[in-house]
Amino acid sequence: MDIPYIPHTLKDQQQMLAEIGVKSIEELITVPKEIRLTSPLNLPSGISEMELTREVKRLSLQNSSLEECISFLGGGIYDHFVPAVVEHLASRSEFYTSYTPYQAEASQGTLQAIYEYQTLICNLFQMDVSNASMYDGATSLAEAALMAYRIRKREKFLVAKSLHPEYYQVLSTYTKPLGIKLIQIPYTSEGTLDLNLLQDEIDESIAGVIVQNPNFFGYLEKTNQIEKIVHKFGSLYIVSCDPVSLGLLSPPRQYNADIAVAEGQALGSPPYLGGECLGIFTTRKEFLRQMPGRIVGEAKDKRGERGFTLILQTREQHIRREKATSNICTNQNLNALRACIYLSCLGEEGLKKVAMLCLKNSHYLKEKIKKLPGYSSPFSAPFFKEFVVKAPISSKKINQKLLEEKILGGLDLGRFYPELKNHLLLCTTEKRTKEEMDKLISLLGEVNE
Amino acid sequence: MSEALIFEKSRKGRFAVSLPEIGLRKEEIKKFIPPNNLRKKELGLPQVSEPDLVRHFTRLSQINMSIDTNFYPLGSCTMKYNPKINETLANLPHLCELHPYQPLSTTQGILHILYETGKMLEKISGMDKISLQPSAGAHGERTSILMVKAFFEDKKEKRDKILIPDSAHGTNPSSSSLAGFKVVKIKSNSEGEVDLKHLSKNVNEKVACIMLTVPNTLGLFEKNILDIANILHSKGGFVYLDGANLNALTGITKPGDFGVDIMHFNLHKTFSTPHGGGGPGSGPVGVKKALEPYLPIPTIEKNEDGYWLNYQRPKSIGKVRSFYGNVGVVIKAYCYLRILGKEGLRKVSENAILSANYIRKKLEDYYPSPYKEVCMHECVLSAQNKREKGVRTLDIAKRLLDFGIHPPTIYFPHIVGEALMIEPTETESKETLDVFINTLLQIAKEIEENPSLVKEAPHTTPVLRLDEVQANRNPKIKWERE
Repeated sequence: MDIPYIPHTLKDQQQMLAEIGVKSIEELITVPKEIRLTSPLNLPSGISEMELTREVKRLSLQNSSLEECISFLGGGIYDHFVPAVVEHLASRSEFYTSYTPYQAEASQGTLQAIYEYQTLICNLFQMDVSNASMYDGATSLAEAALMAYRIRKREKFLVAKSLHPEYYQVLSTYTKPLGIKLIQIPYTSEGTLDLNLLQDEIDESIAGVIVQNPNFFGYLEKTNQIEKIVHKFGSLYIVSCDPVSLGLLSPPRQYNADIAVAEGQALGSPPYLGGECLGIFTTRKEFLRQMPGRIVGEAKDKRGERGFTLILQTREQHIRREKATSNICTNQNLNALRACIYLSCLGEEGLKKVAMLCLKNSHYLKEKIKKLPGYSSPFSAPFFKEFVVKAPISSKKINQKLLEEKILGGLDLGRFYPELKNHLLLCTTEKRTKEEMDKLISLLGEVNE
Repeated sequence: MSEALIFEKSRKGRFAVSLPEIGLRKEEIKKFIPPNNLRKKELGLPQVSEPDLVRHFTRLSQINMSIDTNFYPLGSCTMKYNPKINETLANLPHLCELHPYQPLSTTQGILHILYETGKMLEKISGMDKISLQPSAGAHGERTSILMVKAFFEDKKEKRDKILIPDSAHGTNPSSSSLAGFKVVKIKSNSEGEVDLKHLSKNVNEKVACIMLTVPNTLGLFEKNILDIANILHSKGGFVYLDGANLNALTGITKPGDFGVDIMHFNLHKTFSTPHGGGGPGSGPVGVKKALEPYLPIPTIEKNEDGYWLNYQRPKSIGKVRSFYGNVGVVIKAYCYLRILGKEGLRKVSENAILSANYIRKKLEDYYPSPYKEVCMHECVLSAQNKREKGVRTLDIAKRLLDFGIHPPTIYFPHIVGEALMIEPTETESKETLDVFINTLLQIAKEIEENPSLVKEAPHTTPVLRLDEVQANRNPKIKWERE
């Protein structure tokens, strides 16, 4: 099979070999004979672009996409609307086929976009500084904990049980090898962090308190009251939030968070089975030099023109090696670019509108479901775009029935919380229409036994 | 040719998106959300029209060098051409519009692609099992080192050291210390390879593993790789392979055949997926049987009912990120592997090796490296001899920009003074390589005749050399209204 990506012809090869002074490529391979393969790899032969296209299209159609189903799934990855310009601009190959912008003069496009991204994120979160991105919301949170551990030199964290359970698992994987202890704080019947229990556990041994707002169940934590408890003994206040909610809800600075992180997929990246994430990482100015990841700063060239370059690289692995603030190198730059374009596109009014549409939809849906016989909403705190419903029968049965009608129902919370068996986490973004929600309501009404 | 910031273009009342009417009154919002949970200050997002937005980001793209516009021979980064079919197929709605919590019955097609990519990586590397979860190479390293740690904890062995050659990537020592290990640096010998004597002296029952890059960052294959592996294995330690340089090896040898127990791949290097200006990448890990139980959860498995996600792995190190990996990147690598097949993969490495040696041979008299051997897929040259004219490698790198060529990796590996690390990859034609060679020869001439031309470079880029010292002294990381 011809490979369109390898230009050397036989003649080219012969000329190059002659210049090098050898007779064959074989002579250039310095791998010891005893470990060289004597037969080709045990893989199929190459196929043509046409055959590949047929194969991948066929495989893709074995999936049911969010385009053909109505989705009420949330839990960290969201089906938000992405304006067409985002895809068009992020698909400019001058962006996506470039490398990390180590050579500033050759990478001003990427660097300025990251600088704009950092500014947009700082403004949206009302935090002082943002880095250029981490892998995803979960690893961003884990790195936040490691940063607090370095700053406070304390080894314990209090973690809300209303934090995304999979984020907790990642946090645990990252912190365990360093001997860090995580203590989980339960939630109340309101669906939010139990302040009394937090109060009981806080003392001068706690490096940081970790909460999510809106929390995993979709409810708003009592962020101001939490702050007073957290800062009593100098612990750091670490918050994971939903960037879309900040179009309407109080940003982390408003309740005095020290480190605020988020999953940024909702800002212009497709859901992609959870595989196109963006770890947002922000903090206070005083912690700038403790921050993990790349940071872009403004610089002047020798004519005095404004330009952009990577700064504070002495924190990073390629210079500081074993003493670096993190080992991260490649991040999620293209998703940060998407977020940059998305936020610039939505602008001041657009993001507010998206947040309000989410709020309106979720409250419409919740009120209707609550009235269905056998259904209830167990938690009473205010919520944004997600909420919990207790079902009269098994969630599995409900979701099966819904799937027959091409509806992706709520996330079964029993999977993570044994006490929340038959509880569904439902999500409505701005994309859900009244007709779609009414369809869900009427189907739920039919499957209540 | 500079472009104003999007914030400087903002005018109140402009917008670049149309959304449906809200139909929600202010009082209603207050009914749903208590006042002190509401945002008090403005969002600080720009207000621009759609045409302005498009022109802004298009212009930004135009002040970037990229593979699609320029030769980009960054050593250790494998900046090969990123096939367009990969982009097209990875963007199919039935692949990218999927939610991670959808029922498995609705995601069998994508799980097939992920599973088969893992299987192909197993066969290329000779490893027994793959996890596609890590998001990048460094993430794969961290995941792997945590697995090594979990293995020894499970066996109740106290091992707290990791050996790393002095030519290694910075992520290696960083990943080790983040997992709680102490790093011991191993010297390179006069041939640029691991010094076996120094290695033997440092291998004992406290050593968990060695982290090796093969070929190493000088582009040299460790001739004594089997001895190195034996020394480690004889004391119960593992051999970890940093797969950054796998482009030299595909179809020629398998890491599993030369003693590697655990490794990571860089799909965004070897397997043609784009770097995205710094990500997303994908750094799958592969292990031999002994380390299988420690792979992160979930693993993708197949049985008679189809593909499923296995979370029931009691010895697993746990989760290393949310969900299942950088799925879009994996799909692109799958497409690449299917197009190349077994014969293509070997051709990739052969041509990459040929091109690197061609460059080495044509330039080594002008930029002589201390290590004069035949190289694999990349060569390391040095501009040490240019210092007498007051010119440094950085200047040469900047001068290359004036010729529309992205510079090689510079000042790395640290063991070579004034290093230029050049990785042409197999996707560049002989004509492109000749232009690059001739440009570096011309720059060598300029250094002799008019060194200030080189020292003052670049002269033609959107911005000239930036004052990094000032930028670091007084960091300005966001735009603020004057």
